[in-house]
Amino acid sequence: MPQVWEVPLYPYRRSADQDARAPVRHPVVIVGAGPVGLVMAIDLALGGVPVVLLDENDRVSTGSRAICFAKRTLEILDRLGCGEPMVDKGVQWHAGRVFLDRRQVYAFDLLPEGGHRRPAFINLQQYRFEAFLVERIRALQAEGRPIDLRGANRVFAIDARDDHVSVTIDTPDGPYRIEADWLIACDGANSPIRTMLGLEFLGRTFEDNFLIADIVMAADLPSERRFWFDPPFNRGQSALLHRQPDNVWRVDFQLGRDIDKAEERKPENVIRRLRAFLGEKAEFELEWVSIYTFQCRRMARFRHGRILFAGDAAHQVSPFGARGANSGIQDADNLGWKLRLVIDGKAPGALIDSYDFERIQAADENILNSTRSTDFITPKSAVSRLFRDAVLELAEHRAFARPLVNSGRLSLPCTHDGSPLNGADADGLPARTRPGAPAADAPLGEDWLIDRLGGGFQLVTIDTPAPDRLDCDGIGVERVALSAADDPSRALAERYLGPADGAVYLVRPDQHVAARWRQFDEAEVRAAVARATARQ
Amino acid sequence: MPELITQPNIDRPDDFYAELIGLHEGLARQESDALNARLILLLANHIGDREVLRQAMRAARRP
Repeated sequence: MPQVWEVPLYPYRRSADQDARAPVRHPVVIVGAGPVGLVMAIDLALGGVPVVLLDENDRVSTGSRAICFAKRTLEILDRLGCGEPMVDKGVQWHAGRVFLDRRQVYAFDLLPEGGHRRPAFINLQQYRFEAFLVERIRALQAEGRPIDLRGANRVFAIDARDDHVSVTIDTPDGPYRIEADWLIACDGANSPIRTMLGLEFLGRTFEDNFLIADIVMAADLPSERRFWFDPPFNRGQSALLHRQPDNVWRVDFQLGRDIDKAEERKPENVIRRLRAFLGEKAEFELEWVSIYTFQCRRMARFRHGRILFAGDAAHQVSPFGARGANSGIQDADNLGWKLRLVIDGKAPGALIDSYDFERIQAADENILNSTRSTDFITPKSAVSRLFRDAVLELAEHRAFARPLVNSGRLSLPCTHDGSPLNGADADGLPARTRPGAPAADAPLGEDWLIDRLGGGFQLVTIDTPAPDRLDCDGIGVERVALSAADDPSRALAERYLGPADGAVYLVRPDQHVAARWRQFDEAEVRAAVARATARQ
Repeated sequence: MPELITQPNIDRPDDFYAELIGLHEGLARQESDALNARLILLLANHIGDREVLRQAMRAARRP
């Protein structure tokens, strides 16, 4: 049977646009059918916005790419109707171990708190992740949802105008041109669109090389993240081992700065390294081997008129913390509803500027975390190494040093403090669900809070009266009426009420809190909806 | 706001000083450096207060 990445999942087919006499105009054109572009297309199509999704290839990506998908990503996938198969297929994990030399110095649990539908992380190969998304697109197309996925369509020129973007595309049948009201560039870290526009992508490059190998091996090891500092099999460097589905393991070796890449990439040398790590008797096959250096950088702005950048095209981080694909999917989650409201004429174009604010805020948070992890893993000076080693030495026996060990601060969603979309906050309610925060999940008997949120604006009321529906100048706000008694575990009360008896939360279509009060006040809610949609 | 204590605060200072130097006895330069780093981390955690730690870092940089 061929591997999933060998199958043309969206082979080239001639589009009617190629025979049109004048370039056909589309509301949204997405460039790049990687994880971010695919999620973006599904989100927009679910909101009724027709999308054209272009990819230069006709199949899922290959190579050692994203593997860890965080809880927040899984919640977004649930909203888009494709979380379940991924969680079923993925390897769930929440435990990690950190070793120094041969000794374990630290073990952690990423989900000390219960009452969440989804686990802290699943590991899933990016090619599988993409294949599930393509499957979801096929299902939506069968329902008549407007997604046009065009394989072997390579964008090679764009012309940004005030009211649209002209896109020139190469295909096996030759070039053609279309127009987009909005163009979303999800075309990866080397974004051709960014290059065509001559936009800068500035930040830090790390000099250390890393060998990343995905290997197929039947090993009886637990599903946890293992990280080594200065192990005997890779002296003076680090190593990482992570489990993926189907007996695939991700192995990541730090190689140092001045290395002979061609030499290191040779299968015999890779196999020698892996044998030193896994034992002489270990049986495995190499799936992919690559050598990387890492960058932490971002564009100065993600919005350029009618062109929007998302995912790695807009920002890049080191892999420590799994903040690449996860943050890109959150970009799409943030942009989808805003673009829909603007396209439907329900919000002004200024709403799109808040994408810039909120996702740059998130990118900066991710870059900061990722840079700090990389500096801990690959110290840049003698004193940095001295303190790093001191932390690791102390961590084994002294609990205080364990929080200082940084082998990757794993992806958490950004709380958009200070966002221009945030409305009122009420005193005394818990900080974690303040305006700008992603709604925290909580169990509701057999059901989960997070599954009842998203898609449109909602008014979550807890033990507080409010109308079932409000119409705010064309934007409907549906009530989700809850009681603290719905959750005997008290997680709902703890996460949304604190000491209060009741509360009202305005939740955005991307499940982030927009504003909150102790009780319902219609004028207040209308003002908060206006603010959250940039109408005022 | 808590302030970094920069007035004498250690009982029998000569004894403390001898203990600090004695701690490094017989250690190579590298081992001494590592010990100092561990000591700084232990003391910093004991102090805990970020503002006091910042003041101490500033004071150390500009004696």
